[in-house]
Amino acid sequence: MSLSVAVKQVTQAFALDVAFEAPRGVTVLFGASGSGKTSLVNAVAGLSRPKEARIAVEDWVLQDSKAGVWLPPHKRQLGYVFQEGRLFPHLTVRQNLAYGQWFARTRAGDISLDRVVDMLGIGALLDRRPSGLSGGEKQRVAIGRALLAKPKMILADEPLAALDEARKAEILPYFERLRDEVNIPVLYVSHSMAEVARLATTVVALEQGRVSRVGPAAEVLGDPGFTPTGVRAVGAVLEARVAQHHEDGLTELDAAGIALFLPQLAQHVGQPVRVRIAAHDVILSREEPKGLSALNIMQGHVSEVRAGAGPGAIVSVVTPAGPVLARVTRRSATALGLAEGVPVWAVVKTVSVAPQDIGGR
Amino acid sequence: MMGWLGPEEWSAVALSLKVALWATIWALGPGIFVAYALARWEFPGKQVVNGLVHLPLILPPVATGYLLLIGFGTQGVLGRWLAEIGIVFAFRWTGAALAAAVMAFPLLVRAVRLSIEAVDPKLEQAAGTLGASKLWVFGTVTLPLILPGVLAGAVLAFAKAMGEFGATITFVSNIPGQTRTLPSAIYSFLQVPGGEDAALRLVAVSVFVAMAALILSEVIARRVAKRVGGV
Repeated sequence: MSLSVAVKQVTQAFALDVAFEAPRGVTVLFGASGSGKTSLVNAVAGLSRPKEARIAVEDWVLQDSKAGVWLPPHKRQLGYVFQEGRLFPHLTVRQNLAYGQWFARTRAGDISLDRVVDMLGIGALLDRRPSGLSGGEKQRVAIGRALLAKPKMILADEPLAALDEARKAEILPYFERLRDEVNIPVLYVSHSMAEVARLATTVVALEQGRVSRVGPAAEVLGDPGFTPTGVRAVGAVLEARVAQHHEDGLTELDAAGIALFLPQLAQHVGQPVRVRIAAHDVILSREEPKGLSALNIMQGHVSEVRAGAGPGAIVSVVTPAGPVLARVTRRSATALGLAEGVPVWAVVKTVSVAPQDIGGR
Repeated sequence: MMGWLGPEEWSAVALSLKVALWATIWALGPGIFVAYALARWEFPGKQVVNGLVHLPLILPPVATGYLLLIGFGTQGVLGRWLAEIGIVFAFRWTGAALAAAVMAFPLLVRAVRLSIEAVDPKLEQAAGTLGASKLWVFGTVTLPLILPGVLAGAVLAFAKAMGEFGATITFVSNIPGQTRTLPSAIYSFLQVPGGEDAALRLVAVSVFVAMAALILSEVIARRVAKRVGGV
């Protein structure tokens, strides 16, 4: 396991009792605000010192309260990307980038300024000051600054929360590149399902200071019982590959032999992508639909129906492309006789898949 | 200026500049340290330290001067001990500088403390996660960001040191060429018949030095602020 965390910290206001292990990749700490995400990531960063904890990244032990080990933040060799960037206002972008690099100069590592600048597209900003940068630019510089400190792991505490949708879409791919190209472990705090769906290798769901679910992203998100931020945010993740770009502006994906049509993607043919399909965008049909405008129709069978407290129910459908979640009314579920094993067709409109739901794998 | 001022007046001006400069330099390091401690640390007796720092501001200067005499005079508690290792303050220009430094200290600390409190601790935290130890964080993040405040405080301290009279004359007396600073000289000139012209000239010098210091600090602070930029 790449990251192992066990933290117990009880204060008058809040009790945090968390233990999990995660493989290499992006581990997303997911939960509503007040669930303990930031407390946990601050414990990992050494910004707080829980009484009982063992935190390690592979064999690099950051804290082991039993052995009396506690590294101060500046000795942890982590790269922290904060929500608000926290760039140094008195330094240029270049000096900001060089800041952590200087403290890491004696450590081994092959990450160069040129590569980081190139990867994040911040070459034109180098001689500017943070005050003149947009929110998205600041976050790119903050990512670069963290990377150049040659970290053993990157911590990111809701790095997109302060950005608007367009800027979020601009920054997310850079975290995907961290995962896929730089191969550096990332501990990412988020309360956004879309971010989890695109980034997470492992999801650690927190509720009131405790771990409620841990597991691979597709598994956790495909569980109809997993609704930590409300049913509106529920949606399964399909893994696919770009098959073809069509002239009419559509991109055809191949998800385990099933063709999916999405609005034009930037990814090249052959590249893997992850698609999050929001449960409320899925229509179920007992018969093979004909004469429908929707382009994506997947045959499968119901594996689980979970009725909610309100009028809705979440139906889990197993298709050859992967698990799909559909949010329907309980009335429809009864009318269609949806139950485990019943064959259904899941219908997804091409245009209902938003760009932020699609990411590189 | 040499020709315009008599030798006695000139010696007072030169002495005052020297005393004020050294007083500011001595006060700067401890002043920044105390300001940082008061702004960022919680420790027992913090209010006592805060009170002691501000004491020279509210005490009659003569009282401060007398306390310095008790402490650092030739027969003083610390003075006797310091004299053994060759450091003498009593009736020397160094004593005048010490008195000026003590009197200017609270002004410096207040200005620096305010600017430290304006620095976002989150920036210092960020520097820590990037590998900077506490000392490095202070040197590379906190200090550059509080530079305008430090400069403002230093100029204020310098101006106060130039004008310091009560504590100085009580502690180190009014010896021409040794401890007769600008204010002491003005006072002395006013005590003798026909000294008004000389006193007036020295007042003009005081006004000139004070204005020059203020303008200089304005210019430097503006440059620094431009370089530091907004967040």
